[in-house]
Amino acid sequence: MNTDGSGTNGTRGEVLLEMRDVRIDGYSDERWHEIVKGVDLVLRRGEVMGLIGESGAGKSTLGLAAMGFARPGCRLTSGTIVFDGIDLMAAPESQKRRLRGTRIAYVAQSAAASFNPAHKLIDQTIESSIRNSLRPAEEARSDARTLYRDMQLPDPDHIGDRYPHQVSGGQLQRAMTAMAMTSRPDLIIFDEPTTALDVTTQVNVLAAIRDVVDRFNTAAIYITHDLAVVAQMADVIKVLRYGETVEDADTREMLSAPKHPYTKSLWAVRSIEKPAAESDDIILKIDHVDAAYGTIKVLDDVSIAVPRGKTVAVVGESGSGKSTTARVITGLLPAVSGQVLFNGEALPKALKGRSTDQLRRIQMIYQSADTAMNPRHTVRDIIGRPLEYYLGLRGRACDDRVVELLKMIELDESFIDRLPGELSGGQKQRICIARALAADPELIICDEVTSALDQIVQEGILKLLLRLQKEFDITYIFITHDIATVKAISDEIVVMHQGRVVEQGVKDDILQPPHPAYTELLLSSVPEMDPDWLTNLLQSRGDTSPVGGDQ
Amino acid sequence: MTEIENTYSASGEVAQVRARRTFAQRLWIGLRSAPLTAWFGMIVIAAYLFVALFAPWIAPYGEAQVFPQPFAPWGGDFLFGTDQLGRDVLTRLIYGARNTVGIAVATTFLSFLIGGGLGLIAAINRTWLDQVLSRFVDVLMAIPSLIFALMLLSIFGSTVTNLIIIIAVLDATRVFRLTRAVAMNVVVMDYVEAARLRGEGLGWVMRREILPNILPPLVAEFGLRFCFVFLTIAALSFLGVGIQPPTADWGSMVRENASLIQFAPYDLKAGLTPLLPAAAIALLTVAVNFVVDWFLHKTSGLRDEH
Repeated sequence: MNTDGSGTNGTRGEVLLEMRDVRIDGYSDERWHEIVKGVDLVLRRGEVMGLIGESGAGKSTLGLAAMGFARPGCRLTSGTIVFDGIDLMAAPESQKRRLRGTRIAYVAQSAAASFNPAHKLIDQTIESSIRNSLRPAEEARSDARTLYRDMQLPDPDHIGDRYPHQVSGGQLQRAMTAMAMTSRPDLIIFDEPTTALDVTTQVNVLAAIRDVVDRFNTAAIYITHDLAVVAQMADVIKVLRYGETVEDADTREMLSAPKHPYTKSLWAVRSIEKPAAESDDIILKIDHVDAAYGTIKVLDDVSIAVPRGKTVAVVGESGSGKSTTARVITGLLPAVSGQVLFNGEALPKALKGRSTDQLRRIQMIYQSADTAMNPRHTVRDIIGRPLEYYLGLRGRACDDRVVELLKMIELDESFIDRLPGELSGGQKQRICIARALAADPELIICDEVTSALDQIVQEGILKLLLRLQKEFDITYIFITHDIATVKAISDEIVVMHQGRVVEQGVKDDILQPPHPAYTELLLSSVPEMDPDWLTNLLQSRGDTSPVGGDQ
Repeated sequence: MTEIENTYSASGEVAQVRARRTFAQRLWIGLRSAPLTAWFGMIVIAAYLFVALFAPWIAPYGEAQVFPQPFAPWGGDFLFGTDQLGRDVLTRLIYGARNTVGIAVATTFLSFLIGGGLGLIAAINRTWLDQVLSRFVDVLMAIPSLIFALMLLSIFGSTVTNLIIIIAVLDATRVFRLTRAVAMNVVVMDYVEAARLRGEGLGWVMRREILPNILPPLVAEFGLRFCFVFLTIAALSFLGVGIQPPTADWGSMVRENASLIQFAPYDLKAGLTPLLPAAAIALLTVAVNFVVDWFLHKTSGLRDEH
């Protein structure tokens, strides 16, 4: 265990960062808009502040401003930012550059996009130490290995010799935290470090981050939109909305007694309850399907039955074969053996063999609405195309139907000529739902449709999906790794792990103990809105052994 | 978030609800911020186009009209003198714009049609067809293109049609590679998969889903390719296998009047004559590059200046 470095960061409780009336402008549509509107922020040494809010609330912009930095297309207009006695608004760029990476560090959301694929992990980890001549290379290397051990990375002595693509997403995120720790900074800014990770992996990363931050007495700003996560990590919480502070409070205080209505609404989000219903009318039956990418087998004897008009949730971490199952159903990846029965008759395995009507009946909604819609097509093109293609609607009739569909998804006809870039994240996902609905389908496969959205928006989308199901008797296959979503909307649950079905059945049966080991791990890894949850979980699991299949 | 005022009925004039700027407005905003070099380029290109389109009305004489005095000095009836056969140099410069630029534009279009089309197919298909096309392109690119073009032109004969087809095919290899590379990034997008799931054919996926998203780099490449094609044609004409007399073009004008350059010590203007068509080539190439540069900068999305 490493003990050096602790105590080098000054006394706990002393003010480290003070931001007063900070205003930041962003440039879009040929003019400047204020995106952070006079926010105050005080952070003490050793304190972890959780910064929460929806996307577009100005969280990341404010986090970067704590380093005296504004992204291209943004500018710091007024206010003061004082870091340990240094006025970052007035300091010359060269001085600020020396601070960054030595006394202030930044951990980005996507570690995969932030590492240089052409260099080994350890060389990138120690880069800032070397550049700023903090210590000799060999010493930095051995320190990096110690940090890897602290971050509970497997094989800490040699993992640094690997390249970024040779380790998993969760490991990369921990390596990035190690990189930030290497210079023992006074302040680290974490920008959604676990958002892209599976719940089982997230637990490990959260535990490791909390451990090192605590040990080195580092102050941190933890940006996220996941309230349950911030409850584990932060001492104090700041809620932002539209670039303004909504509420500031201690974590426990805010969780138990939120004051502002907006904060209350954030807390109240997970409120959808749907009684599970059973049905014997099977619309889709996956019968002993094996599938492979080349020679790598990804689905092993998968059998799933989907009842008509119900929601089947398929859960599991990435690599468990959830999305591959969807690809087999849609025909994008023909099964090696086994068959898919739709309304009692076998679907041709490959996409090419299916008739237009078979294609129409099964629609798909994607995780990322950004990439699921052609950025050069207007809403009219996007929703109108399936109408034209499947139903032969044209001109005025087609436009009318598009407007009807827009109303169904609670948007109005003014959206018809917009491009995807002119829509918010939730609106985009709604348009994708309308596109699927346009084909008048019987089955919709929803692949992680809410995981990229803020919680309030998520709730809206889930409610919409439930309402549409009731109105049109649509069947959903809902692929997700978010157990809260599963609890909210599913009738039946299928748990998948490493290409196999671990467990399947009615929601209440699956969620009630006893569970098979994997289901237990998955369910217990879902963060809860209790500040002691992570501590308790780690204790119950035995805090020495790393958990989960994060390889 | 600002919502748009909506005063239209649902089925009525939906087409008029536009949140976005019109194309003309965006064009104007773009032009206003264009740097001087881009303006220079655009003006020069416009001037060339004007001259090329209205050549018969601008030119003082006929394209192949021969006067009794070859190598006439500058001034008098002939602003830039006459060439070795007694044809007015200014007239031939003006007609040269029409022929050289016209053929270059046609060739570039054809090469984009071939290279772009096959590149898109290869990117979407990604099976043996992609392999066959890509390897064939590799083979074509391995042969120095000017020498290859010379060879093919001597085999098939130097007609304008052959010239266009041969240069277009050779140039299409570069276009193929670029198109395939940029289209590959778009093909993996979910919306392309969504289109395939819908059952869309190859034509729709190519034209509607992929092409609009790769247009900016292709337009920029079009400008650069045009320059290269233009230079290749001029070079081939200079070597005598390009555009054939009596059709006026700048490459052969340089060759025909090249000997005049040795008279420069005695008559500077006569020495300059072969340089005039060369300068015309150079100016257009520079102008096109200025515009392409600006366009690339605009579409690359770099916003460092703010």
